Amino acid sequence: MNALGSALATTLCERMRRVATIAAAHAEAVDSEARFPREAVEAMRNERLLGCQIPVDLGGEGATVAQIAELCAILGQACASAAMIFAMHHIKASSLVSHSEGDDWHRGFMARVASEQLLLGSATTEGGIGGNLRNSICAIEVEGDTCRLQKDATVISYGLDADAILITSRAHPQAASSDQVMTVFLKDQYTLEQTHVWDTLGMRGTCSDGFLFKGEAPARQILPRPFAEIAAQSMLAHAHILWSAVWYGIAADAFARAQAFVRAAARRTPDQAPPGALRLAEASTLLQGVKASIVAAVEKYEEARQDEDKLSSMSFAVAINNLKIASSQTILAIINHCMLICGILGYKNGTPYSLGRHLRDAHSAQLMISNDRILGNTSTMLLVHKQDTSLFG
Amino acid sequence: MSIIEDVREIIASHGKLPVDVATLADDADLYAAGLSSFASVQLMLALEERFDIEFPETMLNRKTFASIGAISSAVAELAPQERVA
Repeated sequence: MNALGSALATTLCERMRRVATIAAAHAEAVDSEARFPREAVEAMRNERLLGCQIPVDLGGEGATVAQIAELCAILGQACASAAMIFAMHHIKASSLVSHSEGDDWHRGFMARVASEQLLLGSATTEGGIGGNLRNSICAIEVEGDTCRLQKDATVISYGLDADAILITSRAHPQAASSDQVMTVFLKDQYTLEQTHVWDTLGMRGTCSDGFLFKGEAPARQILPRPFAEIAAQSMLAHAHILWSAVWYGIAADAFARAQAFVRAAARRTPDQAPPGALRLAEASTLLQGVKASIVAAVEKYEEARQDEDKLSSMSFAVAINNLKIASSQTILAIINHCMLICGILGYKNGTPYSLGRHLRDAHSAQLMISNDRILGNTSTMLLVHKQDTSLFG
Repeated sequence: MSIIEDVREIIASHGKLPVDVATLADDADLYAAGLSSFASVQLMLALEERFDIEFPETMLNRKTFASIGAISSAVAELAPQERVA
């Protein structure tokens, strides 16, 4: 608990456990109806958890990435969709906290996020860019003090329930596709016309529908730093760490169910080790690997944040990519082990050992930013970057 | 040929920029001009081959490839003396 051992961490975790109790009670309905986990998000607001990352002087609690990751893992064990919404909100908040501190409008907005517990949405995906969020087709147009943007956003998670959307675009109509900015639009500054319906295998409650976004806002709401910098220096790291924490939570709950199954069997036949016991031990090894990867990445990130050169280095980018690949693949192996342990009772819905939702939710992990794209990106870097072979370096 | 001319030539053939390199000043932001991270790696490999150098880990970051001038000074720092002369 070294990274978390503070009074703040204790209260954050206690508050999130209360949210998780509520989220768990509605998780099945959220999944089967593919609806927004409104009870869980309302509980986050009541517990003031949407503003916990905002700096203390702006009314937040200055929670660290380690503390927020722990919260994601707690909620991930109850309702993966609610946990992913919490993670995505805090990934957006990290862009404001890390890159807008010197800017008056964005400081004021951060204070509002904390005081009004605003839920931040994200629109980085666009029809025609082939899934590469570091490219935009749409461009923001600034005229006087006003900016206007129209974007064919094929995915805006919880778009209809967000209080503000942080949206990427080219920096101006003549800009190259990779010359991007991110802009905050408040709910009353945009319209959303639904174009795609989120009816999916898992993560059904994130309601990641597609929309035609049309917005108009004061131009000062454009984030002051280029999106390339935001993506490389804070967004990717926050995303891969917080997603991995949510996925760890899914796998950890699957493991808890499998362990309960094995213990129940062991109590019935105390003289004989249950058939699933060895497999549970294997799952425990895998789960520990995921946990260790996340903890190591958080430490690496906190260290790199002290030094801009480290933060924008290839070695950091490779490490943070590896975290996403490893955790997204390993949780599937863990949950599959758990399914083999629990057998039909794990396969069936509505039992204390049901794992169908876990398995379906976990399958999104390899696809949200495709692992193939990330591996391609890492393989490019490995043409010039030499892997660090030290153990603690 | 000076390093900066060599660098310009390599950017023109490997940088995949949507604009003509000749229109860019030595201190112009290459990322704003459309340099992708993939193209910057290809550029790096081409520079290593041309100048017979190897970029150390400490130089593998956005700053090193931010402009034609930045790339040229990195190359000058690494290139064997006879090639610089």
